[in-house]
Amino acid sequence: MTDKPILRVSNLSVDFPMHKSVLHAVKDVSFDLHRGETLCVVGESGSGKSVTARAILQLVAKPGVITSGQINLASESGEIDIVALGNSGPAIRQIRGRRIAMIFQEPMTSLSPVHTIGHQIVETILLHEKISKEEARKRAAALLDRVRIPNPEAALDRYSFEFSGGMRQRAMIAMALSCNPEILIADEPTTALDVTTQAEILSLIRELQRDRGMAVLFITHDMGVVAQIADRVMVMFRGEKVEEANVFDLFARPQQAYTRALLGSVLKLETPAPRPTRPVAETPIAQINDLALHFPLNPGFFGRPTAYLKAIDGISLTINEGETVGVVGESGSGKTTLGRTLLRVYTPTDGQVNYRRGDGTTVDIASLGKAGMKSLYGEVRMIFQDPHSSLNPRMTIYQIISEPLRTNTDMSEHQMMDRVQELLTRVGLPADIGDRYPHAFSGGQRQRISIARAIAVRPRLIIADEPTSALDVSLRHQVLDLMRDLQSEFGLSYLFISHDISVIRYFCDRVAVMKNGRIVEIGDVAQICERPEHEYTRTLISAVPRPDPRLRADAPA
Amino acid sequence: MTLEKPFNEDDLLDQQINAGQLQAAGQWAMVWNKFRKHRLAVVALFVVGFIYFVALFAEFLAPYDPGKFDPRYTFAPPQGIGLFVDDGAGGSHFQPHVTGFDIVLNPTSFRREFTPDPSQVIPIGFFVAGQTYKMWGLFETNLHFIGPLDPSQPMFLVGADRLGRDLLSRTIHGTRISMSIGLVGVGLSLLIGMILGGISGYRGGMIDRVIQRVIEFIRSVPTIPLWLGLAAAMPKDWPPLQVYFSILVILSLIGWTEIARVVRGRFLSLRTDDFVIAARLDGVSEFRLIMRHMMPSLYSHIIAAITLAIPNMILAETSLSFLGLGLQPPIVSWGVLLQDTQNLRAITQAPWLFVPGICVVVAVLSLNFLGDGVRDAADPYAK
Repeated sequence: MTDKPILRVSNLSVDFPMHKSVLHAVKDVSFDLHRGETLCVVGESGSGKSVTARAILQLVAKPGVITSGQINLASESGEIDIVALGNSGPAIRQIRGRRIAMIFQEPMTSLSPVHTIGHQIVETILLHEKISKEEARKRAAALLDRVRIPNPEAALDRYSFEFSGGMRQRAMIAMALSCNPEILIADEPTTALDVTTQAEILSLIRELQRDRGMAVLFITHDMGVVAQIADRVMVMFRGEKVEEANVFDLFARPQQAYTRALLGSVLKLETPAPRPTRPVAETPIAQINDLALHFPLNPGFFGRPTAYLKAIDGISLTINEGETVGVVGESGSGKTTLGRTLLRVYTPTDGQVNYRRGDGTTVDIASLGKAGMKSLYGEVRMIFQDPHSSLNPRMTIYQIISEPLRTNTDMSEHQMMDRVQELLTRVGLPADIGDRYPHAFSGGQRQRISIARAIAVRPRLIIADEPTSALDVSLRHQVLDLMRDLQSEFGLSYLFISHDISVIRYFCDRVAVMKNGRIVEIGDVAQICERPEHEYTRTLISAVPRPDPRLRADAPA
Repeated sequence: MTLEKPFNEDDLLDQQINAGQLQAAGQWAMVWNKFRKHRLAVVALFVVGFIYFVALFAEFLAPYDPGKFDPRYTFAPPQGIGLFVDDGAGGSHFQPHVTGFDIVLNPTSFRREFTPDPSQVIPIGFFVAGQTYKMWGLFETNLHFIGPLDPSQPMFLVGADRLGRDLLSRTIHGTRISMSIGLVGVGLSLLIGMILGGISGYRGGMIDRVIQRVIEFIRSVPTIPLWLGLAAAMPKDWPPLQVYFSILVILSLIGWTEIARVVRGRFLSLRTDDFVIAARLDGVSEFRLIMRHMMPSLYSHIIAAITLAIPNMILAETSLSFLGLGLQPPIVSWGVLLQDTQNLRAITQAPWLFVPGICVVVAVLSLNFLGDGVRDAADPYAK
């Protein structure tokens, strides 16, 4: 790492001309990348980290333009300035793929669904090298083997949709490596993957890098991933480089206020939040017994299904009053479906959900009629994962928040206006934003609006479906703390669904681990996180990247 | 690179809210902004606006009544407008005018031959008194936008037809019928299409399947023979107005299928959107859910569907009338006017009879461009 850098980026600026103004996505950023090192670019959404990465390959999306700066790539005959090459023509194509390769966040959209994996890799090889088709195919098989895709010969003839997310990302990496690039740019390559898959991909990238002495520019928002993979870290904030340091130094001694705040919000999630004390005698608010939801598959000729997709396969779970029960699982485990079934978005095929109402009577949600459900919508509420799609873009904030009041109470318009203002203040937003539309707000603000809608009618149980996973880290614990405050204020119970074990540990009292529609383990949060009993839970927890580089094998003593 | 002040999360929140102010515009403002970028569509919007303006003020804009005929001027060619009149003393003065004709009856071909006669100056002007008419059937007036100062003098700006009727006046009156057929016909299609498409998309299941098969069946029937059959079933002695409305019904019977499909598709995808589920979990009634939460997302798509359906209606009416199965004289529509172009004589002797055809092309093209623009702008939240 002492020699000349392979890539020198100096004073890079990228602008996006908007409707009336200019957005400076990257402002005057400079950094070096050396052979054999991994430079992590970390930042929250809108920090310009992806744009920087794309600028290196001249792939900035329209209407973005590189306004100034140089990107110098070292080669035998001196340095090539990539900025001067323009974004098309043979010169830049010689560099793309051959010398600098890139892998993206979403492997499904980066692979063509109409060509086989093999075809795509062979094509990439043939584009850059003059070898025969058979040789190229042999090389492709070797590459797939290298990224540990089982049975590489057969995998060559399969299509991307036949692969799982992790396998697709492996195939993408194989394709990126096909021409022995000197630099690999990885733009959030594991964000769309489950933690266990993420761990495999990260170790694969690290290993490949060591083997080939590649330089890796790794873009991520996840401090845990940074701690695991980086040699050096560059922190970005709103288009500017905030700090650049060795990974161990950065975590131990962050120099800048922003870095400290960022690390602080990550580390805060590492320790459980203080919990309100709860009565010793637990009164259950909802008891789920053997709940099942099976979707029929392949209906045969006479409409008789030949198989069932068991989205929920016999789940029993009790939620006590004032308690936060977490449900954790990877994608496809049925956790979101469980949450939705509890509110009868889907009607369960079997089982009961005995819900104790505010007046002490118990009803079975699983078999409740339309009218019965209607009376429950005020008591049991839901917070959705994606604050962009859960707020109607064509309604104002006031209309959105007042909707449950309109249907569940008989408040006058005037009372509702007061109540909405009160709610907005309660969730930490200005009270006078009622006449704005959702698109005027950021993700965190929208999630606060969602929460205001959920608590508008004094609910007793809230089903929170990944309420923080679409948010930046620094916003996550803010939203969780808000939910926590509301819990002590109104005596709420939460069913908290998440794929992120650190959020669960921070927020929940008990946790259920789900896999393939079943609960594999359930217990106290501390016990599950520290002494998991089930094999799957252990894998899940150990796969979560901890934001502490000292836990790494190559950490200095 | 350092930040001027320590990072503070509340600060960030404030900044985000202030940044939000810039784009706090409602959805229609966003649609308009996006539409404006589509230059061709903006031009088309003006053309369409002009055509509908003509349709609305047809009586006032047309120099004559569409039925007024003068056998002396059968197939009179278009007259050019001159601006200056020679006053005979070497000078000239400003006076808009058309030139009269020297009419000779050709004894071999029994045709009238028109030669412009510069000595016959017919002064014309704007806002002149002409034939009396009832504006919108409400009040009587004789004011015309343009016409000869002496109403008994001939003025054929785009020529005359085989009965010596002014083609300009007839085309202007035809605009009203043809464009309104498009609008009312689409209105009717929209009503049927939205109801059936809405039910189909929201309810799903058996109802959906039945409605979709019906739509497929209707669309598989070749349209021209179907129209021919339905139009032929209309009694010949019906009054023109009744014929007009039955043609509307016939056109809408096919036109609704396209709109029903658009509405159904949107409903299907909306039904599972988070914000619709959220509204359902707010306890919103089904009716309110459809009208208040789902419909607003459809408005822009429906407007786009309408703009694209109108030209089809206009073309359909034109083809039917051209074949003599649609509207019948004395109703004047572009299609009815084009009936006169069915023989060779029209092409050789009076090419100006194609003017209504040009109108059809212009109207259909601009409506299509407009529809394209609206469709692109329809969803300001896409991308």
